Amino acid sequence: MTDTPTALLRVSDLHAYYGESHILHGVNFEVQEGELLCLVGRNGAGKTTTLKSIMGMIPQRTGSIVYAGNETIRLSSHRIARLGISFCPEERGIFASLTVSENMLLPPVIHPGGMDLDEIYELFPNLRERARSQGTKLSGGEQQMLAIGRILRTGTKLLLLDEPTEGLAPVLIQQIGASIRALKSKGYTILLVEQNFRFAERVADRFCVMEHGRIVDTIPVEELEGRRAELHEHLGV
Amino acid sequence: MFDLLGISAPAFFGQLLIGVINGSFYALLSLGLAVIFGMLHIINFVHGAQYMLGAFTALLLLNYLGIGYWWSLLLAPLIVGAFGIVLERVFLRHLYKLDHVYGLLLTFGIALVIEGTFREFFGSSGQPYGIPPELAGVQNLGFMFLPNYRAWVIVASLVVCFGTWFMIERTRLGSYLRAATENPALVQAFGINVPLMVSLTYGFGVALAAFGGVLAAPIYQVSPLMGINIIIVVFAVVVIGGMGSILGAVVTGFVLGVVEGLTKVFYPEASSTVIFVVMVLVLLTRPTGLFGRA
Repeated sequence: MTDTPTALLRVSDLHAYYGESHILHGVNFEVQEGELLCLVGRNGAGKTTTLKSIMGMIPQRTGSIVYAGNETIRLSSHRIARLGISFCPEERGIFASLTVSENMLLPPVIHPGGMDLDEIYELFPNLRERARSQGTKLSGGEQQMLAIGRILRTGTKLLLLDEPTEGLAPVLIQQIGASIRALKSKGYTILLVEQNFRFAERVADRFCVMEHGRIVDTIPVEELEGRRAELHEHLGV
Repeated sequence: MFDLLGISAPAFFGQLLIGVINGSFYALLSLGLAVIFGMLHIINFVHGAQYMLGAFTALLLLNYLGIGYWWSLLLAPLIVGAFGIVLERVFLRHLYKLDHVYGLLLTFGIALVIEGTFREFFGSSGQPYGIPPELAGVQNLGFMFLPNYRAWVIVASLVVCFGTWFMIERTRLGSYLRAATENPALVQAFGINVPLMVSLTYGFGVALAAFGGVLAAPIYQVSPLMGINIIIVVFAVVVIGGMGSILGAVVTGFVLGVVEGLTKVFYPEASSTVIFVVMVLVLLTRPTGLFGRA
């Protein structure tokens, strides 16, 4: 990969550790502004750890993560969030002691220009009528919509989405796919982790394949047809 | 009715009032413990000492600086709360990842140090603190006499308890607190400075104890032992209400104060143990407490 001036996020030689175990072994990649980059790989390859490291949620990390010109490797996660990065965790992180609308309003607005509540409810109409329910009383699909919806208010530019389709029925996966395409067209930059490759290939611009804590291959979506066999070998499908 | 029960009406209402007054302090103190436990998962055994520090701060402000009750009601919680924040930053911060028992042991030790130090300097006999002149006097309610200061204590405790409940359950700041109780890492990843919020929460819980101490100064004597005497009962209240439940702490505090007071009327021998009997019964039937979530 070459340096380009439009790289919004540049990760170089990223190492991360959970206690004694060394999870990431020198991860390198860039995400261009407005791009949707998808990290793919088998379970345990280090995809979620990569997202959490970018977000500052893994205390033991070394290397370099530059976002919009700011080195973030030594910052704590609330400072990183304030630079304009939002995280939607795999387990969705809906708070049981908060109502749906309190969950929606929880992440503070960081930059002006985020979506307002009406726009978010337009994207995810189910949430509007459930505003007063307890957050965890929602169905899995609605919880996922809430988890994505609440970070759109904040005015951040880079969204880190960890397996947004996990455990969802096909019709809901289609709805999530449509909203992710809508977010792309609004100019969001998205770093997606996804096991569901059939879903990922319909939304992603580029794929980075992870294995054993490293990026082992990068495939732009235009080259996907020719290299499908290669990719399936990496993923073991 | 009172004749049938074989007790006099003044004795009944007198003990009821004492019960509500004690309940006001139980509620304030167990509220602070619940706020601290909910956010920090620290069983704050130094809470009684911090209550005592509130009363002593008021006494010392009066004796050395001539600062009276009303200013002390504001200043003592701020001073003792700031001391709490230092305690959190220097000591408690290192314990969050460990078992609860370490927090309990550390705060218990700090309580012994503080109370021992005060006993060394001030002796264990109590010192009087006057009722502010604005609140001297008594109201004749017909069936009983209600000292103005005691009415003020009940009102002040209710207002502070309700205000704290409202702040935590109904405001944006409170939603940050509740969310950070569930998943601090994610709340921090949304851009909220959780470590700072934890320090301020501890400071606030400690300030509640100190506020209780200032309120108590004119009623009980200001003594280095005043915290030890009340904190055991307050822990029983917290266990009965349910660890970490805000509403539970407040309601249980007042109810058990009244239960204790009325026991003094009907069966005085049991008045000092009744709260612990209730605690045993609650733990047997609802181990998470009356208001606790499993």
